[in-house]
Amino acid sequence: MTTRSPATAVLPEQSADPGPPAATTRVTLRGTAKSGRRLTLPRSVRRSAGPVGLVLLWFLTSATGVLPESVLASPVDVVNQALELTRNGELPSAIAASGRRAAVGFLIGASVALSLSLLAGLFRLGEDVIDSSMGMFRAIPWVGLIPLFIVWFGIEETPKIALVALGVTYPLYFNIYGGIRSTDSQLVEAARMMGLGRLGLIRYVILPSALPGALVGLRYALSTAWLALVFAEQVNADAGLGYLMSNAQQYFRTDVIVLCLVVYALLGLACDFAVRILSRRLLTWRANFEGEA
Amino acid sequence: MTNSVETRGLSRSFDGNTVLHDLDLDIREGEFVALLGHSGCGKSTLLRILAGLDEEIGGEVTVPARRSAAFQSPRLLPWLKVWRNVVLGLPGRPDRALALKALDEVGIADRATLWPKTLSGGQAQRVSLARALVREPELLLLDEPFGALDALTRGKVQQLVAELWRRHGCAILLVTHDVEEALLLADRVLVMDEGRIAHELSVDLPRPRDLTAPEFVSLRARLLNWLGVNRTLEGTPS
Repeated sequence: MTTRSPATAVLPEQSADPGPPAATTRVTLRGTAKSGRRLTLPRSVRRSAGPVGLVLLWFLTSATGVLPESVLASPVDVVNQALELTRNGELPSAIAASGRRAAVGFLIGASVALSLSLLAGLFRLGEDVIDSSMGMFRAIPWVGLIPLFIVWFGIEETPKIALVALGVTYPLYFNIYGGIRSTDSQLVEAARMMGLGRLGLIRYVILPSALPGALVGLRYALSTAWLALVFAEQVNADAGLGYLMSNAQQYFRTDVIVLCLVVYALLGLACDFAVRILSRRLLTWRANFEGEA
Repeated sequence: MTNSVETRGLSRSFDGNTVLHDLDLDIREGEFVALLGHSGCGKSTLLRILAGLDEEIGGEVTVPARRSAAFQSPRLLPWLKVWRNVVLGLPGRPDRALALKALDEVGIADRATLWPKTLSGGQAQRVSLARALVREPELLLLDEPFGALDALTRGKVQQLVAELWRRHGCAILLVTHDVEEALLLADRVLVMDEGRIAHELSVDLPRPRDLTAPEFVSLRARLLNWLGVNRTLEGTPS
């Protein structure tokens, strides 16, 4: 016989094999329906286990002296410093000053990004004029503009707000523009067929389909806003978290530096959290993969 | 009886490649016309032109001002609730009662407040039909609306379209490549080939139509022959 099917070729070998019988392989499919007996931690507990563990490690290494205070203050010192600076009002006023810069810069940057992305996204002419320029400007590292901003705007509030605005503009612009341009042309066609005019199309089809992208952009933009603020506040600040930090640097106060970093991080987290809540509210219509249990 | 659709010398070409040649087509008021043809024969192009979605044409086209369409995919806006999709684009405030009436007519009023993502393919297609009919069109354009549905659902939705047509009395142009579907639903079947209407067939069978009636079978054989489908090869995909 010259041709043999693979099955007949394999079978004799299997029967000759003295190992476990492998005629059919069977698998057991275990259900994932919740049974009362299994102990499951709440998702929130599991999510916080990592960060809590890291802080614990930090505390232990500081307490045992493995981590000297000149390198990094212990978490206890940081907490004490936080209480102290809150009591004398320095921390709240610093947060207020920084928050004001971030908010004003963000609002300016967001308005600019929104108008530019709408012009570029909705009109062919706008695309030709704006999008290529934005691509060019994006190639400039915006942190590198600090010296130029100081020349233009002095060393007061203006260059700090301008830097935040600039950092916010790019991620928002590119994500909103991309969202507008990824609108499903079939939906546009159907909506036109149903009698929507130009304004109706923008309102009911184009803007909603740009929304998921815009929210991603918003998340990037808010984190960039705080980042830009950290850079900007290193320059001759007389109030704010950056001012607190550069003062602490002069006196080698690592506890205050760490405290400021923690506050920056918490503010960033709070913004991120707000955007996530907002996304969940606005994007209920989307069918999303929620991750495995 | 007056004509709902008239095209005279209609032609359309894409980059020098002519898709519609000098086409004359009449559809009477209230007439159900099915348009058959292989893919690429220009049938969808013709439908898009009648819908007003393609304006780079030569020749003359007269269509009713009130017309609407349903497509192969339902094309519902995922960010609007089902009932808002139905009344999308109608003048004035979204009229929920009107939407519910239209959804009731296609049998899914209970889905009105859901998001489109929760609908099955057949349900979404029903919403798409409700959206088209709520505009009380004089001409309804259907671009393979049953193409993506499974066989069982397709039969039900076809029946629904037949019923809706009887009730609304609008002219319908149905683009399809399913010969049986065309014969089940239409008054007249047109076969398109290379941008021309190559053949025309009046279907004078009583409704509801019987797939197994000898007249039906012979009409089907004629259409398949015109489409160049060799009967002896039935069962093998062409």
